[in-house]
Amino acid sequence: MKSKIASIFEKCKKEKRPALLTYTVAGDNTKLNSLKILNTISKHADILELGFPHNTPIADGGQIQGSSHRALKNGLKLKDVFEIVKKFKQKNPDKPLILMGYFNLIYQNGENNFLNNCKASGVDGCIIVDLPYPENKKFANKCKKKSITFIQLISPTTPLNRMKKIIKDSHDMIYYISMLSTTGGKLKVSPKNILRNYSKIKKINPKKNLVIGFGITDKTISALKSANGLVIGSMLCKTITNSLKMRQNPVTKLDKVVYNLKNKIL
Amino acid sequence: MSLKIKKGIPLIDQHDKNFMYGGKFGGNFIPETLKKPIDDLTRLFSKLRKDKKFLRERDFYFENYVGTPTPFIKLENLSDYLGGAKIYAKVVSEANGGAHKIYNATVHCLIAKKAGKKFIVGDTGAGYAGKMLSMAAKKFGLKCKIFMGAKDIKRQRPNVEAIKKNGASIVPVTSGSQTLVDAVSECMRYWVANNDTTNLCVGSTVGPNIFIKICAWSTAQISRELIKQVKEEFGKIPSKMKLLNCVGGGSSAMGFWNEFMDTDAEFIGVEAGGPKNSKLHAAPLTNGSKVGILHGAAQYVIQDKEGQIGSTESISAGLDYPGISPLHCFLKDTKRARYTSASDEEALEAYKLVSKLENISPSLEPSHAFAEAIKLAPKLKSSDVIVVNSCGDSLKDKDIIKQKLGAYIR
Repeated sequence: MKSKIASIFEKCKKEKRPALLTYTVAGDNTKLNSLKILNTISKHADILELGFPHNTPIADGGQIQGSSHRALKNGLKLKDVFEIVKKFKQKNPDKPLILMGYFNLIYQNGENNFLNNCKASGVDGCIIVDLPYPENKKFANKCKKKSITFIQLISPTTPLNRMKKIIKDSHDMIYYISMLSTTGGKLKVSPKNILRNYSKIKKINPKKNLVIGFGITDKTISALKSANGLVIGSMLCKTITNSLKMRQNPVTKLDKVVYNLKNKIL
Repeated sequence: MSLKIKKGIPLIDQHDKNFMYGGKFGGNFIPETLKKPIDDLTRLFSKLRKDKKFLRERDFYFENYVGTPTPFIKLENLSDYLGGAKIYAKVVSEANGGAHKIYNATVHCLIAKKAGKKFIVGDTGAGYAGKMLSMAAKKFGLKCKIFMGAKDIKRQRPNVEAIKKNGASIVPVTSGSQTLVDAVSECMRYWVANNDTTNLCVGSTVGPNIFIKICAWSTAQISRELIKQVKEEFGKIPSKMKLLNCVGGGSSAMGFWNEFMDTDAEFIGVEAGGPKNSKLHAAPLTNGSKVGILHGAAQYVIQDKEGQIGSTESISAGLDYPGISPLHCFLKDTKRARYTSASDEEALEAYKLVSKLENISPSLEPSHAFAEAIKLAPKLKSSDVIVVNSCGDSLKDKDIIKQKLGAYIR
């Protein structure tokens, strides 16, 4: 059976537009609000990435660190993350949801236990930031057995040979990191250059769905819209931070921001 | 399954194809972006460590810049005062800059030059790793940035001033606990974004495997000197000689023990127990922490059930770290070394006693090891030998000591 992730990419291709992927952190700024955010922005977004926060992230910039910190300060636990996913999926059964985070939480939870929880709550895919290829083969296979998409990452530093191996072992979606940066860095490479690298990867296997993330904002998203998918994360976390500062409702703020982002890639 | 150390093979090389020691410690849990820079560094280092010219270069700088060998002295007064075992010190704090961190810093700068990099960055807790890296960077013409927790910047002022004097910039880290753990995270994040121009020097035997290797390989100089000095002093290696060393990340202990790995010398590592009665210790090996992943490697680490890294508290900034080198985890599980802890109060008392009786004045980190020596010595015979690695000088702790004891003595 085709995965929900694969289906959504097909649909977007038919509509001649990239898939819009959003990243928000579970429990930011509260459990309830993060669920409301998912429910609201899923009107515009095609795939929802949900971060399970870790307090010692080695690849996240300030914005996502801030969101994670807020969530953890509120006492968010992994079981809450699955509860949020479950509630979201009850309302939006066809909307793909991807969990993203660091391996230690899975390691402590137990790989099998974690994946059972994923399955039970309706998670469609996993991105594990610090479990690179080929070390991730075992876990990726476990995901596959449960029909959960394991998303491999490729970065500008990945050599061609390695890229080929990663792509060969990849599932329904691959994530290309736009530049040398933690999440949310200023885009220091031109969209043209990013797309040039993107095409190189696509050429290896044109059938694979390749999304671009890191440093994308409303300013740069339309210049990248020839990709299969585009991920916006830090900009959304920043929106939550700012709306809390201004005592505004983060849910309605994010609704607007994601709506605007969507319009820029149509 | 009982783990075993292989004889005749350097400990740093006793890993499997995934760079895991004993199948469960270490590895490379890193973002994809770091995969290539780490592979490149791994390849370069494995070439250099076999390159005679590079080894000569290393030895030249160890001799003429770091200063080798550092003294090996008998602590007559302390031994007499305590009764029991004879206590010796390897005074590594006599190395250029005042601590063992100079070995790793020098080697990383030499490697950065070979790699054609112009920038080098590093983390620091007690400030020694930062001070030494800034010194070595200046010596070898590299631009240097040091990441340091805001709390540590306040409590290790003399080293902060030294870093600035050497022309390096200090990046204060204000996230989390504002100590070493956050400095390492922030430094790694910086490297994720700048690895095309910059080499990373992780300040201890922690992090992705290659950093553990380079660091332990560099500090091994300590035991290369010591094994000769011990044989000169005693004619042979005394049976059941005890080698005491403090452990935070574990770099000085690895260097202190390395050459004795296949002998019957006993290794005792002393972790930071934190303030008396505090639960916020920094002693993952002593207090039975579970294996988890921190800064790219699997290790015993202080964490909660979920896998969030725990807070620690120690009077010594250099030991104030929730994790511990995978090499020490391996030594613990193979029972080659044993680990215990000393409290803040015990370390301060040890500092006071050693500084009063002897011509050396250990910083608060090695004072943890001296605290264990003080506990052990009276229980042993006069034929027993204890050697403590006095790997740092107390000068950097002047402010803390004054505040805690009313006066700074040395």
